[in-house]
Amino acid sequence: MPGEQHTVRSYAEELKRLSGLITRMGGLAERQVADATHALVERDSDMAAQVVQRDVEIDRLEREIEGFTIRLLALRQPMGADLRIIVAAMRISHDLERIGDYARNAAKRAIVISEQPQIGSLNGFQRMARLVQENLKNAIDALVTMDAAKADEVWAADEPVDEIYNGIFREMLTHMMEDPRNITAATHLLFIAKNLERIGDHATNIAETVHFAVRGDTLTEERPKADASAYAVIRPND
Amino acid sequence: MSSTMTQHPGTAAGFGGLEARSDAALNATARIAIRDLDFHYGANQALKGISMDYPERQVTGMIGPSGCGKSTLLRVLNRMYSLYPGQRATGQVMMDGRNILDDDVDMNELRSKVGMVFQKPTPFPMTIHENIAFGIRLHEKLSRSQMDERIEWALTRAAIWGEVKDRLHSSAMGLSGGQQQRLCIARTIAVRPEVILFDEPTSALDPISTLKIEELIDELKRDFTIAIVTHNMQQAARCADQVAFFYLGELVEVAPAAQLFTAPRQQRTQDYITGRFG
Repeated sequence: MPGEQHTVRSYAEELKRLSGLITRMGGLAERQVADATHALVERDSDMAAQVVQRDVEIDRLEREIEGFTIRLLALRQPMGADLRIIVAAMRISHDLERIGDYARNAAKRAIVISEQPQIGSLNGFQRMARLVQENLKNAIDALVTMDAAKADEVWAADEPVDEIYNGIFREMLTHMMEDPRNITAATHLLFIAKNLERIGDHATNIAETVHFAVRGDTLTEERPKADASAYAVIRPND
Repeated sequence: MSSTMTQHPGTAAGFGGLEARSDAALNATARIAIRDLDFHYGANQALKGISMDYPERQVTGMIGPSGCGKSTLLRVLNRMYSLYPGQRATGQVMMDGRNILDDDVDMNELRSKVGMVFQKPTPFPMTIHENIAFGIRLHEKLSRSQMDERIEWALTRAAIWGEVKDRLHSSAMGLSGGQQQRLCIARTIAVRPEVILFDEPTSALDPISTLKIEELIDELKRDFTIAIVTHNMQQAARCADQVAFFYLGELVEVAPAAQLFTAPRQQRTQDYITGRFG
């Protein structure tokens, strides 16, 4: 957050509190992604249930941040970097809320999958989850330290996530074609992979917002993307 | 990010209205062009090497802490400082192809072209009608019907006609503060100036009267070039197309309002607008 001390100390403290709320919400979202993935890989439906329950806490933080930012806008009439940070906090809280929803959805599906026969290895999921968690953490860190270069790195680092996602997509189609009894688990796994991929995209959104908050301009060039599954076609009779 | 994040660098996303207004300011021609202006009060230098333009039919806001030189600059634009001994300006303030700082400039003509509205409403202790007619008579000879027409026009443009049309021959001193200020604006525009200078025009007014004046400024810029000195940054943000930030007699930064208030280029501007001034 901006360097020099604010003339009005209570305002400076409010900005600090806002930063703290975002950090807490970001940490919680990271944990939800980690636990949902762990629950999936370890077939731990208790942990998955905890993830589902814990999502209300993220939603509560989103409402708190939204209320707080509106209050700051109305009462402090922020300008310059303060204005950008407050607007950024509001945007980021929405991204984190969506991330929480995707983690919850992945956890719900993990419960179903834990009762299905195991198909293949889930290494891809673990790698993908680790990458998006790392991006998420770096994006939030970049906000707290006002580090635009770090945000730019996150913004450009989503490509490997897309590549793993493409791999999982092909793998799941193969399992389904091999044995129709795999269809339930494979479909849920596909959705989980999609959830992780979406979480990665929200992490890059957060990075874009951080860049805006720090620099005051916007990242305009096209972000590197590698999600090719949207164009995939299967021909079972070939 | 969403489509609002795809604007050109250097401007903030999501402030479309303000930005459109400010971009227009950049394209307008300069009504007043200042180059290398220095100003001294005796031995004290109050303005240092100021160069900036006031775009035609746009509102230029001037902000900065007390003593930064913004009011001094306003007083240079109609040469009000010439009324005081020991005050001198050097450099160029070009308007209509001439430097208004030149000794042979006709002050009456200049002040009919460059009107000024002050911090506190300054109605004359006369009727509302006479308040407006007074200034017009200094510059023009109008028939009675022409005079009445001009007075109605000025009062209408100043958004106060409806409130005073039935009491034109009552004393102006009976009006409220906000009405008095709009009367003073009517008096200023009655002589049909090209530029209007506002020196903290709403600092003595309540919020509703303030909004009426701001609305009026927005309306007036269709016909006039406007410069406004204000202590209220939100007011500059609401009214101005471009904003100039002054500090210790220097022009630190002049930029479209949306840019200056969301992503200023200079650290000193940033510190000032976010309240981090040392």
